[in-house]
Amino acid sequence: MQERVLTGVGVGRGIVVGDVRRMPDPLPEPAQVNSTLGPDAELARATSALGETAQDLRDRGAIAGGLAKEVLDALAMMADDQMLQSDVKNRIDRGATAERAVFDAFAGFAEILTMAGGYMAERAGDLGDVANRVIAKIMGVPAPGVPQSSVPFILVARDLAPADTALLDFDIVQALITTDGGPTSHTAILAREKGLPAIVGAKSAEVLVDGDLVLVDAAAGEVILHPSAVRIQAGLAEAEARKAARDSATGPGRLADGHEVQLLANVGSAKSASAAVEADAEGVGLFRTEFLFLDSDTAPTVDEQAEQYESVFVQFPGKKVVVRVLDAGADKPLSFLTDDGEENPALGRRGIRALFAHEDVLRDQLTAIARAASKTQAHVWVMAPMIANAEETAKFVALCAELDIAVAGAMIEIPSAALLANHILDEAAFVSIGTNDLTQYTVAADRLLGTVADLQDAWNPAVLKLIHEVGLAGQASGKPVGVCGEAAADPQLAVVLIGLGVTSLSMSPVALGDVRAELSRYTLAEARELAQRVLKTRNAADARAAAASR
Amino acid sequence: MAERTATIQSAHGLHARPAALFVQAVNDSGIAVTIEKDGREFPAGSILGVISLAINQGDQVIIRGEGDGVDAVLDSLVVFLETDHDAA
Repeated sequence: MQERVLTGVGVGRGIVVGDVRRMPDPLPEPAQVNSTLGPDAELARATSALGETAQDLRDRGAIAGGLAKEVLDALAMMADDQMLQSDVKNRIDRGATAERAVFDAFAGFAEILTMAGGYMAERAGDLGDVANRVIAKIMGVPAPGVPQSSVPFILVARDLAPADTALLDFDIVQALITTDGGPTSHTAILAREKGLPAIVGAKSAEVLVDGDLVLVDAAAGEVILHPSAVRIQAGLAEAEARKAARDSATGPGRLADGHEVQLLANVGSAKSASAAVEADAEGVGLFRTEFLFLDSDTAPTVDEQAEQYESVFVQFPGKKVVVRVLDAGADKPLSFLTDDGEENPALGRRGIRALFAHEDVLRDQLTAIARAASKTQAHVWVMAPMIANAEETAKFVALCAELDIAVAGAMIEIPSAALLANHILDEAAFVSIGTNDLTQYTVAADRLLGTVADLQDAWNPAVLKLIHEVGLAGQASGKPVGVCGEAAADPQLAVVLIGLGVTSLSMSPVALGDVRAELSRYTLAEARELAQRVLKTRNAADARAAAASR
Repeated sequence: MAERTATIQSAHGLHARPAALFVQAVNDSGIAVTIEKDGREFPAGSILGVISLAINQGDQVIIRGEGDGVDAVLDSLVVFLETDHDAA
């Protein structure tokens, strides 16, 4: 049979081949007939089914633990909800059956959420899921959910409900494919947490039926229907090679020709710093300091801050730790820094702009960092978020110097900063590219909004051209150029970044192994050639394809 | 009847997880609390009521309650609402 490629947004790096099993179709809509049992009997049926469903969800949460428990507990609350229960009762009092009353009550709330749009609309699916469980219980049929099987399979669903993903058996389910839902859906979040390959939002995967043989390549965001024997062999070999390479790669980052690429970790607390040490990181490329400030009405004191910073620095003796000063605003507002009522906070007074407007907060933080650094052996660098130009850079660097911080740099997250990186590097000791924000600002698409998720892709050649500008400026000045966004954690993209002139990569510690392994397959000349090829492409998909066809 | 006004800080607003934590806190308090946004008022102990209000970051809500210890309960709920629970 002819191969067919179905595309979506990939989660993870895995390649698996297997047979499709679809989630069963939703229960039929309960008939709109008058009850023959009478309101008391109907209410008893509804109440016990709601209660049992809530209890089931809580029990499953207790088994699953972690993030899954929170999600399942939230669903249980919906089944237990007082407004829902009184709505169900009203409908039953007017003659409805228990099934129909539950169906209509949940549908009513789901419609309200759908109309609210955005994140609220994504929650509407949760409601439908809970409703189906309750109705199945009333009707005495098995709850809809993941097919039971002792043979491994690839699960295809419209949009997996949290209750389904929470208890997936990872020995049986090889991968997830959803036709709806985006990269912010529960499916994507949980798949990421559990390390299960997933393709979400693959609309064309509607065509898949039970028993179809597919190859899922999460790195490419592709499902290959009816893969040829050659394709399967190549895919499995690639999966095997990736795993072997990841397992064998340790130590500092190196290209095939020995060219050094510092592999650093992103950390946000003393605890996550330990994970970085375990993952053999060469230091910290992004130490987020927001955790100290969130949940508080005022900035913590210099002493409090210094103590926290020291607890991270002390874990990296003789290694680099790049501290990002407080990045407040937009998706991370802080009451004492962020202006209320900005129409468009992502373009507002955030990052270094907010800190310059509240210089006391910045001075305190720099003082605390300098004090903590002086007590440990870590090489502490400091950088400012949301730098737009050379003037801001000069101002920040001067302030750092005044407060005894020798190595001060700028984050490149705004296209203007990327294009003028040469001037910024006249002032800064280094730059570090935040690809998430740089992508958001380049394509003008909110990085947290599912409806524009397809634009949010760091492979976009427009983004890569901006990174190239920065890389060239770095080479000309001989100063370090780091990347500390999601892009650095994509192994293939990491190679391209190095080819564009980036000198260090910082990522979540779990990603270090794959990136370390991928880098070791390329010489610097090859990485540069790859980067040049990718720069000529027309869009993100072509860029990925160009990089894959080595 | 005591009331407080709060401005939501969580980046994604009061959706599944922060909403669940909020409703839990209300129910644990033992006080009947309501939450109002833009003139629509629902029981704050109802997860569906809370998420139906489609409360986003920066929205102002009014919470009201009655009974022993209501002031302390409302104060702690305001602190909850004015904390960003989505910060990574």
